[in-house]
Amino acid sequence: MTQFLDISGLCARIDADGQEKEILKGVDLSIPPGEVHAIMGPNGSGKSTLSYALAGREDYEVTAGSITFQGKNLLEMEPEERAAAGLFLAFQSPIELPGVNNANFLRTAVNAVRRARGQDELDAVTFLKTARAAAKELAMAPDMLKRNVNVGFSGGEKKRNEVLQMTLLQPSFAILDETDSGLDVDALRIVAEGVNRLRSPGFSALVITHHQRLLDYLVPDRIHVMANGRIIHSGGPELAQQIDREGYTRFLAEAEAA
Amino acid sequence: MPAVTETREAVEKLGQSSYKWGFETDIDMDVAPKGLNEDTIRLISARKEEPEWLLEWRLAAFRVWLKMDDPKWAKVSHPPIDFQDLHYYAAPKKKPGPKSLEEVDPELLRTYEKLGIPLHEQAMLAGVELPEGETARPPVAVDAVFDSVSVVTTFRKNLEEAGVIFCPISEAVKDHPDLVRQYLGSVVPAGDNFYAALNSAVFTDGSFVYVPKGVRCPMELSTYFRINARNTGQFERTLIVVEDSASVSYLEGCTAPMRDENQLHAAVVELVAMEDASIKYSTVQNWYPGDENGRGGIYNFVTKRGACRGARSKISWTQVETGSAITWKYPSCILQGEGSVGEFYSVAVTNNHQQADTGTKMIHIGRNTRSTIIAKTISAGRSDSTYRGLVRVLPKASGARNFTQCDSLLIGDQCGAHTVPYIENRNMGARIEHEATTSKISEDQLFYCRQRGLSEEDSVGLIVNGFCRDVLKELPMEFAVEAQKLLQISLEGSVG
Repeated sequence: MTQFLDISGLCARIDADGQEKEILKGVDLSIPPGEVHAIMGPNGSGKSTLSYALAGREDYEVTAGSITFQGKNLLEMEPEERAAAGLFLAFQSPIELPGVNNANFLRTAVNAVRRARGQDELDAVTFLKTARAAAKELAMAPDMLKRNVNVGFSGGEKKRNEVLQMTLLQPSFAILDETDSGLDVDALRIVAEGVNRLRSPGFSALVITHHQRLLDYLVPDRIHVMANGRIIHSGGPELAQQIDREGYTRFLAEAEAA
Repeated sequence: MPAVTETREAVEKLGQSSYKWGFETDIDMDVAPKGLNEDTIRLISARKEEPEWLLEWRLAAFRVWLKMDDPKWAKVSHPPIDFQDLHYYAAPKKKPGPKSLEEVDPELLRTYEKLGIPLHEQAMLAGVELPEGETARPPVAVDAVFDSVSVVTTFRKNLEEAGVIFCPISEAVKDHPDLVRQYLGSVVPAGDNFYAALNSAVFTDGSFVYVPKGVRCPMELSTYFRINARNTGQFERTLIVVEDSASVSYLEGCTAPMRDENQLHAAVVELVAMEDASIKYSTVQNWYPGDENGRGGIYNFVTKRGACRGARSKISWTQVETGSAITWKYPSCILQGEGSVGEFYSVAVTNNHQQADTGTKMIHIGRNTRSTIIAKTISAGRSDSTYRGLVRVLPKASGARNFTQCDSLLIGDQCGAHTVPYIENRNMGARIEHEATTSKISEDQLFYCRQRGLSEEDSVGLIVNGFCRDVLKELPMEFAVEAQKLLQISLEGSVG
């Protein structure tokens, strides 16, 4: 128990084409405050399901286990309450909102969580100043604030937009679901720097990735290997290189034997 | 999924409670007996102290109407309307004499106050104490029509100084008979269709606007229609004439009390734009839509048409339709002048058991005429919504261009959206484009917004307003804000 984020025996299923499918089969994971943890694992191991279950997507039904976040029962909270409590999910495939101005969306979101956190709302001028500065640090084109949310954005622009939202919403816990996928080396570095800037004793993150490269920039405190709906192995940052060299076969065999 | 069930329940609860304009005003009325015959028409004409020619015009329309059948082609259904079971004239009783605010029944003024319609010029002009952060709105001249008559028109003096005539059409008949006689029925002939003929026979009031050559109307003009009396049809008639190089922006709003029976509203609007003239006509239609079981509500059968008579003239219709049990309405443009422009921007929202069959007609007659149609349809509950539009290009309309975009958004799985475009092109040089999409508010979009901290309702509001943005941005500022709120109210809780 870390008193920050504690996941215990978590089981979850989704309703896929009328068929209930068990995806998470007892996940145990604790993340202490101020730490960045990475989750790696083969496709279909349940990594994204875990991130959706944490964020509270309704079609992911939690059937057993518990999630405690800063002393609160996360499973009883609506998605927007989880956001207000400090949880942020950077989507693997960010969603397009046609006709919704990006700056307007960001400001509405920022003020919604500020209201819920008992903070004053930001006026339009202050907000735009903050947003422009944050966008600049992520090397985003100035017009991206004026465009519609994610509409016509390239893959890299969408991922940067997620990091921009994360920066402005000031979460205490962020889940980055394959934020590195589809990024070139430069974009990867900019996104990693964006996350690194948030690192502080009051910020933890769970980074889901397939690639060691992101973890070179974003050195995690712990790495977990996930397979078949469970965490089957945990270790230090050196685990990334080992996985890169040897793949998951050994961990899978060990888990099988155990 | 439990969320969906909850949502359904929330939608079901909506119905009446969300219609905050549903109150009734208790006021002393002068009401004609039920029924429609030549005597009824003579009575209306006499009450209005009309000249002989207008009575004859009405009677001719009535005789045409008697031979017509109500249209059956629209995708709407309702029990037959008993036209003999309606009152055709209802007016608040008042003393004779010149019209001023002091003379208007205070109960009426309170009604408009409740509706948020500014009728007090003084307070508006003085611009007294605006809440912090709010900028002063430019004044809007208002013509308030209560059942069959116009009760007050504001800012007439300021408008007269600019040369603009803005008054109830019943007054225009007396004060500007030549103008009315020249243009009345010149765009929508008395026998145009079943409901237009009915309107021509029994129309009671409405607004008249005349903007002389070279004048840009100095303020927005607005008419606010309120049906109050029971079993009464509202048949208003609006006529707007804009001379060469002149322009006007006109707004129209409407509400009605909540009643169990259906009420008929059959209006006619005629616009005339001469050379280089421009008319912007915006509507926020919020008639009572009926309750959650589809009981009550307004039947809104309206004929709106504009004639671009002069070269380079422009008529732009913008409508946000959230009310009425049934809407049947096709604001149209006759593009006669060379290089004239017609535009139609529409948002139609239906919820519960509402039915809407709405769209436009763009008739390209002159060379190089252009038209744009942007229609956004949002259906929720068990409602049914149809876009029906005609683009007709005549042989002489060389270089004519049309762009049409129809988008439908479905909320829940019990509503319907239909798109029926008619294209008739008789000029090979014309260019006509049509795009159509149908989509649902996706779980992905909702979850994305909520993950960023927005409540479910705010998320729906944001997504719907985004969907309608191309239309809403065409509305004058103060109307756009009202329309956005109205969209949210109409759809509250209707996520599925």
